[in-house]
Amino acid sequence: MEPVIVTEKLTKKFDDFVAANELTFEVGKGEIFGFLGANGAGKTTAMRMLCGLLKPSSGKATVTGFDIYTQTEQIKKNIGYMSQKFSLYDNLTVKENIRFYGGIYGMRRKEIAVKTDELLSMLQLQGEAKTLVSELPLGWKQKLAFSVSIVHDPSIVFLDEPTGGVDPVTRRQFWDQIYYAADKGVTVFVTTHYMDEAEYCNRVSIMVDGVIAALDSPAALKKQYHSSSMQDVFYQLARNAKRKAD
Amino acid sequence: MRTLIFLLEKEFRQMMRNKQLMSLLIIAPLIQLILLPLAANYSVKNINIAIVDNDHSTISQRMIHKITASGNFRLTGYANNYNDALKMVEEDKADLILQIPANFEKNLVRENHNQVYLAINAIEGTKANLGGGYLASILRDFNENIRVNWVNPGTNNTPQVVVASTNWYNPYMNYHLYIVPAILVSLITSISAMQSAFNIVQEKESGTIEQINVSPIRKHIFITGKLIPFLVLGIFLFTLGLLAGWLFYGIVPVGKLYVLYISLVVYLFTMLGLGLLISTYSNSHQQALSLSFFFINIFNIMSGTFNSVDSMPGWAKTLVSVFPPSHFIRITRMVMLKGSSLADISGHLAAIFLIGLILNTWAVLNYHKTA
Amino acid sequence: MRQLFVFIRKEFLHVFRDRKSLLMLFGLPITQIVLFGFALSNEIKDSKIVIADYSRDEVTRKITEKIEASRYFDVEENLQSAQQLEAAFKKGKIKMAVIFPENFAEDLLHSKKATVQVIADASDPNVATATTTYITQIINDYNMTSGNASMQPLQIIPEVRMLYNPELKGGPNFVPGVMALVLMLVCTMMTSVAIVKEKELGTMEVLLVSPFKPLDIIISKLTPYLIISVMNLFIILILSVTILDLEIKGNIFLLVFESILFILTSLSIGLFLSINAETQQAAMMGSMMGMMLPTLLLTGFMFPVENMPLPMQWLANLVPSRWYFIIIKKVMLKGLGFSSVWKESLILISMTIFLFTISLRKFKIRLE
Repeated sequence: MEPVIVTEKLTKKFDDFVAANELTFEVGKGEIFGFLGANGAGKTTAMRMLCGLLKPSSGKATVTGFDIYTQTEQIKKNIGYMSQKFSLYDNLTVKENIRFYGGIYGMRRKEIAVKTDELLSMLQLQGEAKTLVSELPLGWKQKLAFSVSIVHDPSIVFLDEPTGGVDPVTRRQFWDQIYYAADKGVTVFVTTHYMDEAEYCNRVSIMVDGVIAALDSPAALKKQYHSSSMQDVFYQLARNAKRKAD
Repeated sequence: MRTLIFLLEKEFRQMMRNKQLMSLLIIAPLIQLILLPLAANYSVKNINIAIVDNDHSTISQRMIHKITASGNFRLTGYANNYNDALKMVEEDKADLILQIPANFEKNLVRENHNQVYLAINAIEGTKANLGGGYLASILRDFNENIRVNWVNPGTNNTPQVVVASTNWYNPYMNYHLYIVPAILVSLITSISAMQSAFNIVQEKESGTIEQINVSPIRKHIFITGKLIPFLVLGIFLFTLGLLAGWLFYGIVPVGKLYVLYISLVVYLFTMLGLGLLISTYSNSHQQALSLSFFFINIFNIMSGTFNSVDSMPGWAKTLVSVFPPSHFIRITRMVMLKGSSLADISGHLAAIFLIGLILNTWAVLNYHKTA
Repeated sequence: MRQLFVFIRKEFLHVFRDRKSLLMLFGLPITQIVLFGFALSNEIKDSKIVIADYSRDEVTRKITEKIEASRYFDVEENLQSAQQLEAAFKKGKIKMAVIFPENFAEDLLHSKKATVQVIADASDPNVATATTTYITQIINDYNMTSGNASMQPLQIIPEVRMLYNPELKGGPNFVPGVMALVLMLVCTMMTSVAIVKEKELGTMEVLLVSPFKPLDIIISKLTPYLIISVMNLFIILILSVTILDLEIKGNIFLLVFESILFILTSLSIGLFLSINAETQQAAMMGSMMGMMLPTLLLTGFMFPVENMPLPMQWLANLVPSRWYFIIIKKVMLKGLGFSSVWKESLILISMTIFLFTISLRKFKIRLE
């Protein structure tokens, strides 16, 4: 499996505080890669470095073959991103949001129109095309935000705690969406602190105090730590964490 | 380029959709432009004078008549003594006290000279200066009159240099001609600087800016896309303002409109740059608000929009020359009232452009897609 | 009561944790008071003028010297032709032209009268009026001193006394005005945003379902700003006295009391705006666009209110800073007591109560 994300000793310091310490890992094409950790463990920092939002302090990394120090603009063309903060425009309609984000990724109007129909029918939102996003229920907004983040067919999509505050049923549907995307060859890099979601990933890395404490498939991890669930694996690892969650 | 069109489409849609904001952006300025010129009346015609006449002679009566007939003074009332008159000043009913001492006429004739006492409320400097000056010249005239009439009628042989004054560009000293451009400029200043600042901060606060930052959109395209809608809004408002000035105050620019609009575009470029710069330094609405209020309030009070820069000390004049509105208000007045040409205003225009270039460059450099 | 205290503390933390805003909340009024206090004055000085002397004789030279010696004028150059003159006006290089026609001295000698032609750029009527007055004074001075005027009979000599501000400084007029303006706008704007922000973030709902009464929420929201404003007030007063040489002639306690009353009025305007605004942006535009210019122009320190047409005076009466401006002028500069400002105080109190009551009522409606 060819790697699309490669990092080597990737480190980010904020003054004296080491948010992410010498992270080294690879993510393969089409993989669903879970990034787990308590609040403040450094997940978001790591992800923001890979997206080109944050400059690393040291270490190396490439995303889709491009260097994260010098080629951030090329990386941006090939990735999608959905943040924990809800990122659609409240005062634009569903359709207008799709059109805008498609547009800034350089898609043509025709392409966007085709994609919009496809997206709306997949989400069963055809009737809501002209509804303001602010009027949609949260779960729908979240699903829509995910769809919008991959509207330009990126090779990787980064999801930063995408399911925060969403009910279990919607979360399940959300993960169906993720699987669907992964089947089509999109690499999914997802941070979460829901351990049941960790089970859905092909591989997970668990971060504790800024370092990667474990990295393997959920099954292998459970075996290694003699646990029946990821929840338990996580507790064993995170128990000794020094950092307080913020 | 195509990206820019998508960005513009989004900005315009958002702008039109926020009804409350739109009405604030268009109706509030318009109402102010129509109403506020009425407030700006600094004609020193209404200087209130309190008179303490302890003489009650023919000459004191005639002096008082001469003063009230001049048109510059309004007689608030007679007071029996100085303290009563002072009370009128304390209550802001009078700006000036004229006290004519007892036996004024008798002593004037006997000693060939006599005093009258003037007390002026000097808190408001302009009124004090001008009021005192007017009254002094009325008294001088009056003095001349009685001299001619009483002493040697018909033989006034002191040579006199007389001043014949003409007021160009505003012969009737119409205050509206002065204030309408001022309000227009002030409104354009606030709207352009604040809107661009608030708009970007809004994206920061709601988190959408992050989504933009991970996209391949170029920094300058994003910024251009943010500025163009406000440029359009600014031009639209300015036009509306010119129309209102014409409809309600009959002000028709003497100069060429294209000169006005070229300057406007350069000015908007500069002020939007300022807003942009503010937004790069602010993380919340409150910060953007305090910063823009800081600048706009200083601009309003010090740029010569409502009061003259000529009355400021040297260091302040130098400071004011880096305020973009100080140049734009001059251009606006020069073109609207004097009919100045593009060549006449080129110095000011260049200054605005230079400041704008600096502000925008600074802002673009300070806007980071990467933290 | 204890709950309220907890709540107020939370609001304090909000305000004080945002260092940048805090720096501005204090830095902004201070900078502006000092800047305006030193820069603003009414005296128009060093106006650039041009003298066109077509006569060049003894008299015109003497008058020219007098004009050059005056601190009001800065004589630029000797332009001659009418075109040059007009060009200079259009470029904005000069404010006034003084023209001596040919045979000036001869006219004066033979016909006892000679006319100086003065052209003022009245696109700024203030400057035009002032410069014309100054020139007239200089010429009159010349008339008095040139002949043997001092020997004239029946002289009426005006003795002038400048009340309250004998040196005619700009400060006494502008500082109270700027104080009123800055205090009012800062209070209003900051509070207007603070409440809408909670609405926008959705945290307001949390507060509304909590056992707090709407009144408690409002009080705790306003308290930090009240305290910051009072601190600002003291800083401004200290600066006025120490740096700007302004004397507080009246009772300091009365002054502080009236100022706090005014701050409360301003806070209640902010409250009113924030309850009616849907978004932070609208609240800010409302307070900036809706209030900045009207406050600046209607307070009375830029343009005297009594000169305005009646409807505008009514409108000005609705602006709280207009009343506060009167109060500080009376108490601070003239040294008067409460008996002369009770009317203004009553107006401020009624405004505050009115705004507060309707804001509270509207706030309650949202609850139901």
